Amino acid sequence: MSARKGTAAQVMPEAVLANDDIGLATRLKLYRMQVEMRDFEKRAYDLFLQNLVKGTSHLSLGQEAIAAGFGAAMRKDDKSFCTYRGHAHTLARGVPPESVLGELMQRDNGLMRGKGGSMHLTSVEHGVLGSYAIIGAHLCIANGSAWRAQYLGEDDVSVCFFGDGTTNIGAFHEALNFAAVWSLPVIFVCENNLYMEYTPIADVTPVEHPAADRASAYGLPSIVIDGNDADIVYRTARAALDKARAGSGPSLIECKTYRHSGHSRADPAKYRPEGELERWLERDPVKIYRARLLEFGVSEDEIARIEQESRRLVNAATEACKAAPPPPAELLTTDVYADGVWSWRN
Amino acid sequence: MAELTYRDAVAHAIAQEMERDDRVVFLGEDVGKAGGVFKATVGLHEKFGPKRVRDTPISEQAILGAAMGAAMTGLRPIAEIMFSDFLAVCWDFVANEFPKLRYMTAGQLSCPLVVRTGNGAGSRFGAQHSQSVENWAMMIPGLKVVAPSSPRDVVGLFAAAVRDPDPVIFFEHKSLYAAKGEVPDGEIVDTLGTAKVVRSGQDATILALALMVSRAIAAAEMLAARHGIDAEVIDVRSLVPLDTQTILGSVARTGRLFTVEENPRLCGWGAEIASIVADEAFFDLDGPVVRITTPHIPLPAADNLEDLALPTVDRIVERVLRAMT
Repeated sequence: MSARKGTAAQVMPEAVLANDDIGLATRLKLYRMQVEMRDFEKRAYDLFLQNLVKGTSHLSLGQEAIAAGFGAAMRKDDKSFCTYRGHAHTLARGVPPESVLGELMQRDNGLMRGKGGSMHLTSVEHGVLGSYAIIGAHLCIANGSAWRAQYLGEDDVSVCFFGDGTTNIGAFHEALNFAAVWSLPVIFVCENNLYMEYTPIADVTPVEHPAADRASAYGLPSIVIDGNDADIVYRTARAALDKARAGSGPSLIECKTYRHSGHSRADPAKYRPEGELERWLERDPVKIYRARLLEFGVSEDEIARIEQESRRLVNAATEACKAAPPPPAELLTTDVYADGVWSWRN
Repeated sequence: MAELTYRDAVAHAIAQEMERDDRVVFLGEDVGKAGGVFKATVGLHEKFGPKRVRDTPISEQAILGAAMGAAMTGLRPIAEIMFSDFLAVCWDFVANEFPKLRYMTAGQLSCPLVVRTGNGAGSRFGAQHSQSVENWAMMIPGLKVVAPSSPRDVVGLFAAAVRDPDPVIFFEHKSLYAAKGEVPDGEIVDTLGTAKVVRSGQDATILALALMVSRAIAAAEMLAARHGIDAEVIDVRSLVPLDTQTILGSVARTGRLFTVEENPRLCGWGAEIASIVADEAFFDLDGPVVRITTPHIPLPAADNLEDLALPTVDRIVERVLRAMT
C-alpha cells in the first residue's frame, strides 16, 4: 500500500513473492474470478455485435483485478455498490453469469427480469445492492447502508466502487465528509482508469490522483495502489475491511488501472494516444496473474483447467440466455409501488 | 385531546413513530441540538439521543443518500430537507434514486423513507425559500406525496408515511407551523390517499391543500353567508395516492369544481385533477373547472407582492362568483 501523493505503486513481483500471506487457494480463486470476468465481458461484447445484448454496455476489460481483489476479500454479508460499469463487481460477489448475461440480454432470466438493464445490476441475495448509472449518488447511498450497520451494531462493511470521473461531482465530496464525520464502516474504491468517459481525467482535474489526493481533505489517508495487481488489491481490501469492521471508520482507495476498451458500446476509444493501450496490455491483470501462478509452481495444466471451466461456464450461460424468453408484458406495471400495482389513484 | 401547534404536532408525530419502532431514525441539518430552524423538532434530540436524532452537515445529497441506503437495508429513516426549495439540490435522489429502486430491481429492494420538508409561502423569504414544490414530486412514478393542513393530520398522515413501504415526500407548510388545532390523545394513523371533506356543501366543490385549506373554508363561509352559494371544501391531503373517489363523488353532487393551489399555474396539481374530472365526470359538470393558482412567476419577497401572488379568500370568492353567477 503506497500512501504518498504521486507515488502510484508499481508492480513489484519480488516484493509480492516474498510476502506470501495470501495462500494458494485464494490465489487460484483470484485468477479464476479474473478469467471469468474477462471471458464474460468478451462474450458480452460479441453478443452486443450480434444485437443480442441490447441498449448499452460498459465493459471493464483490463480492470478485473480490482473486482476480484475486493470480491475475494469481502465477507458474504458485506454490501457492494457499483456503477453502470458493474458486470465484474456483480460477478465477483458470486452472482451466476447466466443471471448477469440474462439482464444484459434483457431476458426473463436476468437478475431484474429485464427491468433494470446492464447499468442497474442488483442481487440482494449476493450483497450486490445495486449499480447506479448517475455517478456520485451511490457513494451517499453506501453511507446509508454503512450507517444501518453502525446503528444496529452489525459488522458488515459497505464497499462502493466508482470511476475517476465521479471525483469531480459534488456527491463525492459530500459522501466523504459525511462518512468521515460519522465514522462509517464504508470503503470508497476509485477505479482510476485514466479516462472520464472520453476525456482524460488529467485534462479536467488539477491533481494527479483525483480520489486519493483529496482524501486528506476529509481526514483520510491518501491510498494509491496498483489496481492491475490482484494481490495488492486483495491485501489493501483486507486492511480496509478490517479497519471498518473494527469501528475505525471509512477508507478511500484509489486503484490505478486502465480500460482496454472504450467508454461504452459506441466508443472505439480513438482519443487514446498511440502506444498507450499497448503499454497497458503489457500490464494486463489476467496476464500478470497467470505468470505469478506459474512462478508459485502452479502447473500449466491446472491453469488451463481454470480457463476451460470459465469458458464452459460462459458458453453455458450464453446458451441459456439465448433460449430464455423476454420478460412477460405484465411486468411493465409491477413494482412501482409496494402494493404491486402501478396506480397512483385510490 | 390536546391543543397543539402544527410545529409541535411534527415533533409529536416523529416521537410517536420513534417510540413505536427502534428502526426509525431521523437526520437533517440542525434537527437535533438546535431543534430545527422552524422549531418543529424540539425535544427529540434530548428524548432519543444523538444516535437516533442526528445532525448532519449542509449536504442534501449526503442526507438523502444516507436515508436511502439505510432504508433499503432495513431502517425506517426520516430525513429533513430544511426548505422544500432545496430538494432541487438533491433532485437525483428524489427523481432517480428512491422512486425507481423497486422497479429497476424488479422488487428486490424498496425504499421506505420519509423526506420531511418546509414548503410554501407567506414568510416573505423570496423566491428560493418560499416555493410550493409538491408538483415537482407528484409527477414522478414511485413517490408518494403528502401535504397536511392541520396538526391532527400532521400526526395521522406522518404515521402513515413512516409506516408506508414506499418513499414519501411529506410537505409541511411553513406558514402553518404556528397554527393550533386539537390532536386526539393516543396513536393516530391515517391512510394515505384519503381526502377529507372539511365542509359539506351542495353547490360547488372546492379542492385545496395545506395553507389553502383554511382559505378555501373561509371563502366557502363567505359565499354561503353573502351569496347563498353552499360550497363543499375538500382537503386533498395526499396527491399520491390521490383520492379521486371522494373528488369525483363530490363533483357528481355539486356539478362545479374549483381548485385552490399555491403553485405557479403551469402544470399544477389542479390541472391533473381537472383533466381527470373532464375525462371521467364530464357530464356531471355544469361549467368549466376553474383553477385558482399563483401566476406563473417566481415568488417575490415584498409582503404586498407576495400577498398578491397567493390565492386569497377574496380571490377565491371572486372566482367562484364569476363562474357561478
